[in-house]
This record gives sequence, structure tokens and C-alpha cells, in this order.
Amino acid sequence: MSSLTVTDEHISAKPAKVIQPVWVRVMHWTNAFAMILMILSGWQIYNASPLFNFSFPREYTLGGWLGGGLLWHFAAMWLLMVNGLAYLIAGFATGRFAKKLLPITPTGVLHDVRAALTFKLSHDDLSVYNYVQRTLYAGIIVVGVLIVLSGLSMWKPVQLHWLVTLFGDYPTARYVHFFCMAAICAFLVIHVLLALLVPKSLRAMIIGR
Amino acid sequence: MAKRSFLIPGVDKRLLIKDSIKTMPDVTRRRFIAGGASLGALTLLTGCDVVDSSSADALLAKISKFNDAVQDFIFNPDALAPTFPESAITKPFPFNAYYDLDDAPEVDGEAWKLEVRGLVDNKKSWTLPELTKLPQFTQITRHICVEGWSAIGSWTGTPLRDFLKLVGADTRAKYVWFQCADKDGYNSPLDMRTALHPQTQMTFKYANEILPRAYGFPMKIRVPTKLGFKNPKYVVSMEVTNEYKGGYWEDQGYNSFSGS
Repeated sequence: MSSLTVTDEHISAKPAKVIQPVWVRVMHWTNAFAMILMILSGWQIYNASPLFNFSFPREYTLGGWLGGGLLWHFAAMWLLMVNGLAYLIAGFATGRFAKKLLPITPTGVLHDVRAALTFKLSHDDLSVYNYVQRTLYAGIIVVGVLIVLSGLSMWKPVQLHWLVTLFGDYPTARYVHFFCMAAICAFLVIHVLLALLVPKSLRAMIIGR
Repeated sequence: MAKRSFLIPGVDKRLLIKDSIKTMPDVTRRRFIAGGASLGALTLLTGCDVVDSSSADALLAKISKFNDAVQDFIFNPDALAPTFPESAITKPFPFNAYYDLDDAPEVDGEAWKLEVRGLVDNKKSWTLPELTKLPQFTQITRHICVEGWSAIGSWTGTPLRDFLKLVGADTRAKYVWFQCADKDGYNSPLDMRTALHPQTQMTFKYANEILPRAYGFPMKIRVPTKLGFKNPKYVVSMEVTNEYKGGYWEDQGYNSFSGS
């Protein structure tokens, strides 16, 4: 644990540089808000016709009933999609994706996963992502794109039938949508845990430095 | 902060709750009745209502209207719902309604007449033998329920647009509004562009057999470009109108366009 928590000495010693530019911070928290609305309302919708032998507890659903859950889901989707699209465009246009997330090499990933599991992965320089971070952040962007595409194909299976074909058929798109949600929830747990273990990374996402 | 129930304005809360709890397991039912249909998780996470329920309701209703407009805009009248071979048909095809099969309407086919009202030249009512004389087509399409499940079925009948032409309907009107024989009176508006879609059908047969009671005898409107609840069964009248007259589920908060 002690190797993961880093003191503030490094930062206060030299002039603080901006780690997370303002557009990243705004879009990050907008996405977090929209994503939570989507997940909680999505669980409400799932409960109307569960894919598996379980339902989500009512306390963790949004909307009160199926109709309410759908209203929330189809409202929050605009926030999620507009913000997500802007993030993708900005990420590519500013070169942030290329700079922060690439390259991802198998040896690098293996090395850093081993280091992380033995609590030896350091976060000395917050502006450089290690290979575990790169893999998770690039991966979650792909999952984000997939969950929107599978969602759109469930919303408009006739108008966007070519999109449905991409997933196979309508029921398969439903499963893809579900598993993407599961992946995002798993990411959320790890992401929040790690942010709490390295508080200055959380601070950087709030005030930028 | 007092808890306020999350419901759509104008909806009979007790009726809605009665409908919803039917589908819930016992424990959930009790909790639901005790807690009301609140914002649930958000309230739980923050310990108070993060948003005033009634203003959230109003905003959500507004966004749903916006979604109607978006869906109308992207609706392509020539885009056909995928069709399937007979081998793909879901067996048994599920019965689905807000009541049990035992409570489904029993319509007397001999006495039944389809009433045609509103902006049409010929307001004559149609008997079942008169209607089934019209040219019929069979299509095997996927029925998608608002709940998420789907099933493939085979429906046979007359394209609604041919019938609208036959009765001299004003196809510039905004809606065709259907009324049904379901208990509590089911109804649903269909936007004119969807009514004129080549696959929108007045259905008299399921799987090449006379439409059984479970699937809407004597007539169902099969709309493969809409969610299931916009496919009314046991239809008794249609009205061509410019007025938005609401619908059984639409009034309770389901998105009105609900197109696929």
C-alpha cells in the first residue's frame, strides 16, 4: 500500500503542471453523471424482462417502474452520447489519445500487471499512464463505443438494421449491451478504488493539478 | 424532504401501481407500496431527493416529446423491418397483455364491426367477412416488446395503407387512432407516416390460422416498425385525426412514437 500512496512533496517542490486539462475534467464528470443515470435506469429496464436468473434490487434502480426507467434512459442517453462523441473527437484531435494511451505493448502490460499485483506499480508521474492504466482506459473507450452502438441498434432495430447485423441479431445486441454494462461496472469499481488509493490522481481530475 | 412519487402527470396513480405490482414478486410488491415509486437509487445514494420529483417529471416528459420528433425525423418510410423464414418463428408465440389470458376480450366475430371515423370519405362500418375479402399478405417479422424481449411471428392481413386509400382517408392527417375491446379500454395513436408504411397491416390471421383470442381476434394492427404496445389487438374502431388523443400506455409515460 505504501508504495502506491505518494506524498505531495514531488508536486510542491516544483511548479505544478496541469495534468488534466479542463475539457477532460468537464467531460469526465459529465460522463460519470450520465453513466450512473444510464446504469441505474438500465437496471430498471432489465428487470422488466431479465436476461438471466436474477434481477437488480429495486433500491438501485431509477424511475420507479419500467416507463420511468425508459424516460430516464432515453434522456440521459443524449448527455452520454453528445459528451462521449465530443470526448472522442477532442481525444483524437488534440493527440491526447495517441500521447497518453499509446503504445500498448504486451510486454509492457505484463510487466505492469505483475507490478500492480505485487503493489510495486508506482504513480510518481501522474502525467504518464502505466500499461495497466493505458489498457483499462483504451479498453473502456472501446466498451463505451460498443454499448452505445448496441443500445442504438436496440432502440432502432429497423431504421438501423445494418447496425443490428453487425451484432448478429436483435437478441444478441441485447446481450452485448448487458455485458458492456457489466464491464463498465467492473471498471468503475477498480477505477474508483485506485483513485482512492492515489488521492492526488482524484485531485488532478477535480482541480487539474 | 418529503418523498413524492415519480409519476407522469394525469396518470391515475392507483391504477398504474395496480398494473405494475402485478408483475412484481411478493416482497418487492410490499416494498413498492410502502415506499412509493420514488426516484429510488438517487434518493438512496444521497439521502434526500436530489431533484424535485415533479420538475424532473416535467423535464423527462419534455425530452420524451423531443425524442418523438427525433424518431419521426429519422423514420424512413421505405425502410423495411427484416423478414424471416418460417423456421425462425418463435413457438409458442407469447401472449402478452396487462391482464391474464382468461380476462382477454371475447369478441363475437358475427356481431363485430370495425367502426371508421374522422377524416375519411366513407364512414361505413365494416363486418369481418367484408374485411377478409380484401387482398391479404403474409409477413414474418420480429415483434419487439417495450420490456426488451422479442419473438418472431407470422401475421397475415391487408396493408393498412390500402384500406385507408379504400375508405378515402385524408392521409395528410397526423394520426390514425385505434380503440380496442380490451378491459379498461385500450387505445393507441399511430402517426400517419407509420400507418402508410408498406408493412403496417390490418391482421386477421396468425400462423395462417384465424387470429386466436390470445393474439387479438378479430383484428390486430401489426406494426413491425413499432414496439409491441403500439400494435393494438381486439380493434373496434379507427379514427383518422389531426388531434393527439393519447393512448393507454402512452398516457402513463411510454414514449409515444416508440418506433423501431
